[in-house]
Amino acid sequence: MDKLLTVSLSPHVHGKDTTPRIMMGVVIALLPAWAVSVYFFGWSALYLPVLSVVFCVLFEFLIQKYMLKKESSIKDGSVVVTGLLLAFTLPSNLPVWILAIGALIAIGVGKMSFGGLGANPFNPALVGRVFLFISFPVQLTSWPVPKGFHTSVTDAVTGATPLGLLKEGMRNGEQVSHILKQVPDHMQMFLGYMGGSMGEVAAAALLLGFLYLLWKKIITWHIPVTILTTVFLFSGLLWLINPANNADPVFHLLTGGVMLGSIFMATDYVTSPMTPRGMIYFGIGIGLLTVIIRRWGAYPEGVQFAILIMNAFVPLLNMYVKPKRFGEVKKNG
Amino acid sequence: MQEYKLKTFPRGGVHPAENKLSAASATRPLPLPERVVIPVVQHLGAPAEPVVQKGETVVTGQLLARGRGFVSANIHSSVSGKVFRIEERPDASGYKRLSFVIDRQGDEWDPSIDRSETLRENIQISREEIIRKIQDAGIVGMGGATFPTHVKLNVPKGKKADILIINGVECEPYLTADHRLMLEKSRELMVGIRILMKALEVNRAVIGIENNKPDAIELLDNLAGKDEGITVQPLKVKYPQGGEKQLIKAITGREVPSGGLPVDVGAVVHNVGTTFAAYEAVQKNKPLIERIVTVTGKSVKEPSNFVVRIGTPVAGVIEAAGGLPEDTGKVVLGGPMMGKAISKLDIPVTKGTSGILIIPDSEAHRKPVQPCIRCARCVSVCPMGLEPYLLMSLGQKQLWDKARQESVMDCIECGSCSFTCPADRPLLDYIRLDKMRVGELIRKEKKAVS
Ligand code: SF4
Ligand code: SF4
Repeated sequence: MDKLLTVSLSPHVHGKDTTPRIMMGVVIALLPAWAVSVYFFGWSALYLPVLSVVFCVLFEFLIQKYMLKKESSIKDGSVVVTGLLLAFTLPSNLPVWILAIGALIAIGVGKMSFGGLGANPFNPALVGRVFLFISFPVQLTSWPVPKGFHTSVTDAVTGATPLGLLKEGMRNGEQVSHILKQVPDHMQMFLGYMGGSMGEVAAAALLLGFLYLLWKKIITWHIPVTILTTVFLFSGLLWLINPANNADPVFHLLTGGVMLGSIFMATDYVTSPMTPRGMIYFGIGIGLLTVIIRRWGAYPEGVQFAILIMNAFVPLLNMYVKPKRFGEVKKNG
Repeated sequence: MQEYKLKTFPRGGVHPAENKLSAASATRPLPLPERVVIPVVQHLGAPAEPVVQKGETVVTGQLLARGRGFVSANIHSSVSGKVFRIEERPDASGYKRLSFVIDRQGDEWDPSIDRSETLRENIQISREEIIRKIQDAGIVGMGGATFPTHVKLNVPKGKKADILIINGVECEPYLTADHRLMLEKSRELMVGIRILMKALEVNRAVIGIENNKPDAIELLDNLAGKDEGITVQPLKVKYPQGGEKQLIKAITGREVPSGGLPVDVGAVVHNVGTTFAAYEAVQKNKPLIERIVTVTGKSVKEPSNFVVRIGTPVAGVIEAAGGLPEDTGKVVLGGPMMGKAISKLDIPVTKGTSGILIIPDSEAHRKPVQPCIRCARCVSVCPMGLEPYLLMSLGQKQLWDKARQESVMDCIECGSCSFTCPADRPLLDYIRLDKMRVGELIRKEKKAVS
């Protein structure tokens, strides 16, 4: 008897990686930062990210089902990552209805209007976050105070992030060294003990997530390391030139969204370059823009804008920065 | 065991599960089939021209068809018997090929063939005679590429080879034919290597073996010590290390230029199976009429290695390994990364058939294609430095000129990109389409020029 055999082209085996597995890996890598956030900011830091995911999933489902009339892509898990990242860039005292608007913009505008996963040029979570930041500046810049130990320092950072204090103080002509006295010291900031967005504060926890992503080969070192190095060197240079007017480079690394942005946002597959060399140019661009906006821009934090701006250059980088071909014939001798 | 420094190729590559189920099974001769089907083209190049007629009686080893032109190969009878028919029959590629259908009667060999097991070490003939003997014997690359061996031994004027690389990598999962050959015919292999060295006029030969075969490395390393200029190079396990360009890079550090030949960097690569066939042709006067075939798969009763006469139907080989498992979904000739799936089991074993892989139904189907998440995995695993995601999308948009500029013709069809893509995208399918269309363009241009 002749059995009916399947005929298809090689290869006939497939690796273990799947999109949902990768997305699951990213979620796991975000857990330490989430845990620290709950520790410092309390229950709202637990349920807001969950709600954010629920909103994002819901909007993706509804838009695909009723507007695009396409098959749902929720199962690939990317929407869960977007939901978490969106929440991580927001303060823990944000009203839920604002969060819902952010989720709608992130998914509806940031992702679906471009054609869904893989087609969006900008990081959807950042699109949502920047929209909220422009539309609801007051709610987005009133930062809750970390509870727990050391109330004295806590009082000093009420309502502002270290970066916010820096910008504010410099606008008022204060000395940087004087401003920095009002913020937590480096070790406290490293552990996340400062005002800020839910997922941004704990550099240590974010770095742990970075190690996990590297270990699982979900991302490579190129983008985060180049961003962090560029921020460190550029802000360090400014600081060396004029310490009175500039914060030190370690301060720049530990505050604001640089860690979260460089490890989890700039490395978003869809909106980052395809080759290691492209990733390095991309990272340098983000690092420079971040410091420039922080130092001379209108806003205290620049990393989100820097990433979105560099997102726009990704197609160009992919077009011109090619991997080295095997056996490439040298053109000019 | 002594410590080795492992080498490998630097860019790209993947690590599929090795599954060398049949590695410990010594080769056994397959019982002779009642009928063989021998196509006139089992190699890259022009089909051979039949020299026997329907109804004629032939002996084992007799020439059936003569290679037409230089890039072609002779075809011999693998059994004795009567030519029942000469007709079109499908081969592994699914195309119909002119084939000799021979009904076996006994096993009477051409008397000029030395069938004894005696090792003959002295190479008495000249370089030209060696190449002629190899051409007469119809030897082709037995790793699967099936390029006529005598063509590779004729180094083009103005070029010079300085190193012979013997490919004992067997980087395809499941396959163990080359591994068994290295273990069981090590002395013959050494003579074969010296034959090829003489033909190429080189005084250095390196046998590349991945270090998942430590027994073969040790055995050949001990033997190689006695021969001038022959060494063993253990390699880190990584697919596609057996690719000609990757192997040359791993062993010599030299990079074959895009569009060029290995000999452009002074290297010539031959597979261990080919090397053994060269030994038999030159020292034993034996044409290429049988080869080692691995029959394997997770549900196969006895994963085995058989010495199979060319032209034996696949079904017969599977029978000897315990029969076709109940849950069979796909049968592949060759390995899982580059092998061809066949639709019927009456396809014959040919010179390039290194294995028969039986895949259970549960693993035989592709998963639904998901959108590209631009994870760049395909780019980072491509050993040729290409951008498979881009080549696929250019194929979908039918932008062949653009695909050509993006070096699509350099693709070695190793399948690493499709293997690794988390979105299960059929990258290589589209790249093959690109290559086909670009190939047509190039041929048209050439015609226009001449
Ligand atoms: S591996 Fe697949 S999903 Fe990743 S970039 Fe390549 S084609 Fe896209
Ligand atoms: S593009 Fe070609 S050479 Fe590169 S990984 Fe895919 S099949 Fe292999």
